[in-house]
Amino acid sequence: MSGQLVAAEGLPWPPSVGDFYPPDLAGPWVTKFTLMVWLAVGLLIVFFMATYRNPKLVPSKGQWMAESVYGLVRDNIAREQMGRDGIRFAPYFTVLFCFIVVTNLFGIVPGLQISPNSHIAFPIVLALISYVMYLYIGARKHGLGRYLKQSLILPGVPWPMHFLLIPIEFLQTFVVRPVTLAVRLFANMFAGHLILLVFTVGGFVMLASDNIFIQISSVAAFVMAILMAFFEVLVALLQAYVFVTLTANYIGSSLADEH
Amino acid sequence: MYVAAEGVEHHPLVPIWQELVIGTIAFALLCFVLLKFVMPRMEAMYQARVDAIEGGLKRAEAAQAEANQLLEQYRAQLAEVRTEAARIRDDARADAESIRTEILAKAREESDRIIAAGRDSLAVERQTIVRELRAEVGGLAVDLASRIVGESLADEARRKGTVERFLTDLESAGAR
Repeated sequence: MSGQLVAAEGLPWPPSVGDFYPPDLAGPWVTKFTLMVWLAVGLLIVFFMATYRNPKLVPSKGQWMAESVYGLVRDNIAREQMGRDGIRFAPYFTVLFCFIVVTNLFGIVPGLQISPNSHIAFPIVLALISYVMYLYIGARKHGLGRYLKQSLILPGVPWPMHFLLIPIEFLQTFVVRPVTLAVRLFANMFAGHLILLVFTVGGFVMLASDNIFIQISSVAAFVMAILMAFFEVLVALLQAYVFVTLTANYIGSSLADEH
Repeated sequence: MYVAAEGVEHHPLVPIWQELVIGTIAFALLCFVLLKFVMPRMEAMYQARVDAIEGGLKRAEAAQAEANQLLEQYRAQLAEVRTEAARIRDDARADAESIRTEILAKAREESDRIIAAGRDSLAVERQTIVRELRAEVGGLAVDLASRIVGESLADEARRKGTVERFLTDLESAGAR
């Protein structure tokens, strides 16, 4: 039955992975996704340059907004996770946070309606930067050997346990952390888009039905789509927060003197 | 627009390499611009604001402390002035008392002196009188003797009367 509906309306039903890969606009370099990333970069640069062109001690509204974001990341993420050392990382964390928030929010912006982070390439780039960053910082602070020892060997454990623990710790620090960082962000955005597709497209499919009861119940689908859009805002902010918090936590553990 | 017909079935966990490149370049650009031109000023502004607020609080505290100190100082000065006034009053009272006793003592001394002088002059006068009297008594005695010798000494009764009269004369002269 759904196949007939799709044929009738030309709507892609049911939503599939293919929906995440629209045709390229002009070759593989210029796609909706790469343009959205450029758009996010442009928006953020314009926003920060405009609001911080002439900063004052008593801030204007725009400056206050920019500073609120910075203050949130500085005090609630960097300092919370890393103590006073974290403050020097706050600028990078702020850029990271803003970039993820903006690209995530594209998922519910009319006209764009998909987040670049639902293509795993972009979360991979961000997670890779965090990964290299915390490895490099750990190795630079303690020396490579000591950093590895610190990361892999838990103090105060009976030595036979190390046969079990060292591989686990290795996996944890060098494999699981970066992979989960990238996949968590990607999966949230991917699933969020899929949910919105299910309720929105599903609503239209139901509306196109011949059956009056199915047409009426499409209202429920649209209501759910709206609720889910709000929910996606929450997820967008939350995932950005989680990504930056975990990055701060990993860098903090690299800087720490004990395991 | 049937997606399957496009033939672009892509595994969602496999990144598109062009997107990796674009993502890296775009994010690097974003980081470069913001970290170079915006964030340092943001942190500086943050610190400046913290300084301004803490500085303001510190200044207020200092002003408060200074006001308290001044108040304390004024109170101390006031108390000092009060004790000073009390001291001056006490001194004045003590001075008045001492002046009074002094004046009294002087008056008493003066009166004593006057009394003593009176007494002395009396004594001197008395002596003068006694001396004069003595001289007079001598004269009178000679006078009396010449009278006694001049009259008849036979009549003892008369002689007695003469002496009596003489003494009476003497007494009346002394009383005068």
